[in-house]
Amino acid sequence: MLKRVFSTGLLAGLVAGLALAILQHFVTVPLILAAEVYETAAEAAATPAAHDHGAGAGDHHDHAAAPDQPKEWSPADGLERTLSTSVATIVTAIGFALILLAAMLLAGEEITPMRALAWAACGFAATGLATGLGLAPELPGSAGAALEQRQIWWIATAFATALGLYLMFRATPLWARLGGLVLLLLPHAIGAPHPHSYISTAPAELAAQFTASSLVVHAALWVIVGVSVGYFWMRMAAPIEAGTSR
Amino acid sequence: MNTQNQSLDQTLVAAAPAARIEVLKAALAAFIVGSALVYAMGFAHPSLLHNAAHDWRHGMNFPCH
Repeated sequence: MLKRVFSTGLLAGLVAGLALAILQHFVTVPLILAAEVYETAAEAAATPAAHDHGAGAGDHHDHAAAPDQPKEWSPADGLERTLSTSVATIVTAIGFALILLAAMLLAGEEITPMRALAWAACGFAATGLATGLGLAPELPGSAGAALEQRQIWWIATAFATALGLYLMFRATPLWARLGGLVLLLLPHAIGAPHPHSYISTAPAELAAQFTASSLVVHAALWVIVGVSVGYFWMRMAAPIEAGTSR
Repeated sequence: MNTQNQSLDQTLVAAAPAARIEVLKAALAAFIVGSALVYAMGFAHPSLLHNAAHDWRHGMNFPCH
């Protein structure tokens, strides 16, 4: 069982991650690179003394570091950066595939491509829609509240939404379904941490285009993860398990 | 005949929870490993991981900076 779960997660994640790596190379990454041009220009204008640290190629992350800190590794622009982003994409896709499998197995759900797709849609609602409602996808150069607070809100919202959807769709008692609805709404009633003022170095049109593109890429990831989890799970039914397994 | 059926039933009853426990164990392991992978790529603070996954974090709306 363990072998079947992990082989399915690995293969489904690999397929979804590779497809996404290609998709985002054409959809979201060009917008991030365009935003960095504005960000770098704004930084150079604001702090002329920081030229030595922030203006070079591949230094697109240094705005987070104090000027006197040693330069930290970041992938060089071009192939290295694309490869690095692609590896992160594939590893995350494997992670999503394993979490999807875990949830379906815990719920005692039959794992087929269509059912896994329905569960993946709920995954997208949890990690893409619910979190995006509070914290819209941001380009580099946007102001945000403290990182830890946003990360905690993000993770808590994704969990609460996933659990809330499960209770609403699968629980029988009315109170449990209502509890699910409360879980869906609670993160937004509490509210996501926001900065005191909205600042973005990139033009609003670019930011708006990025928000839409990011949600499309996010949805595509879950769709491919869902269908491939179902496909590989069925393909990997061991002959002895085939009769009895879910 | 009856005894045979009874013993078959007993075997099935005993086998069902054992199989379910195996499924739950595998699900738990998958959940832990899956969450660790997503956390490392989407949320971990070390700058090496942040810088490597930077574009992906922005693209997936993981809070980045």
